[in-house]
Amino acid sequence: MMRQADFTQAMLDAERAVPAGLSAPGGRPAGRRFDVYRNNVAVGLTEALETAFPVLRMLVGDEFFAAMAGVFLRAHPPETPVLMLYGAQMPAFLAGFPPVAHLPYLPDVARLEYALRVAYHAADAAPFSPEALNSLEPVALMQLRFRLAPAVQVIRSEYPVASIWQAHQVSPVKLPAAQPEDALITRPEFDPHVHLLPPGGAAFIEALGRGETLEIAHLTASDQCHNFDIMPVFGLLLSEGAISIQEGDAIK
Amino acid sequence: MLDAAPRFPDLPNLPGVGYKPQHFAALVDDPGAVAWLEIHAENYMGDGGRPLAQLRHLAERFPISVHGVGLSIGGEDPLDADHLARLKHLVGWLSPARFSEHLAWSTHDSAFLNDLLPLPYTADTLARVCDHIDQVQDVLGRQMLLENPSTYLAFDETTWAEVDFLAEIARRTGCGLLLDVNNVFVSATNQQTDPYAYIDAFPLAHVGEIHLGGHDDDTDDTGAPLLIDSHGKPVVDPVWALYAHTLARAGARPTLIEWDNDVPDWPVLEHEAAQAGALLEQVSA
Repeated sequence: MMRQADFTQAMLDAERAVPAGLSAPGGRPAGRRFDVYRNNVAVGLTEALETAFPVLRMLVGDEFFAAMAGVFLRAHPPETPVLMLYGAQMPAFLAGFPPVAHLPYLPDVARLEYALRVAYHAADAAPFSPEALNSLEPVALMQLRFRLAPAVQVIRSEYPVASIWQAHQVSPVKLPAAQPEDALITRPEFDPHVHLLPPGGAAFIEALGRGETLEIAHLTASDQCHNFDIMPVFGLLLSEGAISIQEGDAIK
Repeated sequence: MLDAAPRFPDLPNLPGVGYKPQHFAALVDDPGAVAWLEIHAENYMGDGGRPLAQLRHLAERFPISVHGVGLSIGGEDPLDADHLARLKHLVGWLSPARFSEHLAWSTHDSAFLNDLLPLPYTADTLARVCDHIDQVQDVLGRQMLLENPSTYLAFDETTWAEVDFLAEIARRTGCGLLLDVNNVFVSATNQQTDPYAYIDAFPLAHVGEIHLGGHDDDTDDTGAPLLIDSHGKPVVDPVWALYAHTLARAGARPTLIEWDNDVPDWPVLEHEAAQAGALLEQVSA
């Protein structure tokens, strides 16, 4: 009796023989007919990865990406049928994949692209209108705590990850200078946005995300960057629908 | 969140199409012959964003059929309880007119292989598939439809004809059937059997939905025709003829055009739906 374990192994490994007990009409060997399944699995999952990591694909080239996807999908087949979030292990895979060891920024680019997928499908943000803050005295404002919208993510990188991503949205691609960058992902409505954060910005947003007051978040960021300017980053969060006031901090 | 009572409790005996996000604006502007939509359940299992917003909007206007592609009903492993819970959530808030899945497996040992893989038609498979369908219908609290597969090879251990196997599953579980006429044509060509005999033997009274789609032409190692169920082309004439034969025997049924790869512009897809509509009109008249 053919077991699905044998079928699965033979499907993922073209070197393996077609499992016994399968045949073509007239009892002939299954041969190429089994390859239809091998092909469907590899092509389908490779396409899912191409959709998820378009900039990564541009960076390594279509042919290399397809070959790498073949290695990846065999090492990390999807763990659920919800393919919109397939590829979570790609950054770690890239970090340990010798053929791309000379491109150390690839894992962070993959991390950014995966974060964009997560943002696209994240829960919708609670409605919040920034005008509600206008009536507050600055001292009261600084004591407020905020909640980050579900789509918001901060990607810290030793590489210019936001600029690399941005450069691949237009043609021709001009690669940025090598420098550390922190990126912010927001989703004002349905399409995620990538923003380059100034020094201290990541610490500021992460502190807000931990439920710190605006004042403590500002101090945290200023610790890391002495001339951290709160207004551009706070303004960005408000204009991108990235934060709302925590309940219990309702404006009187 | 929609009202608890479904807005569209049934699919009409009219053409529908597999919904693709790139068609949203054209579809909302003028659906033409398209009277209902089918979605792949797994594409609407995120927490929010555009996919769910579009689906909520469309569900106000069109009957929706939810088509699962990942439950692995024929799997040797138990059904994935997390996935079944995701499905229950979707079917719960959407209240679709139909839910369907496949006579196939796709997950083994927690690895989802993203293809509809074939099953031997044996007493063991029958018992397992019926248990899984019972579980799905219990959890979802509704009847499901089971779709006949496209097959490329045969199992030596098979003891049941596919039509008898499907009829027995429907009898034991009370599920309905989704008859994919393109799959019938693809499998019959690949297995060198008669597709008309398959339709004539099919338990048509159980059919709650029909699928039509395109396939690719290939050959096997011996040069024998090997058709691939690719959903990337128009429906071919022999499949239209087989569909007309099916309608003549079964009467009008909700009929879906499936086009999942190399998706065409809206007018091309709408034209396919209109062709199905013309054939449906002939049997309704």
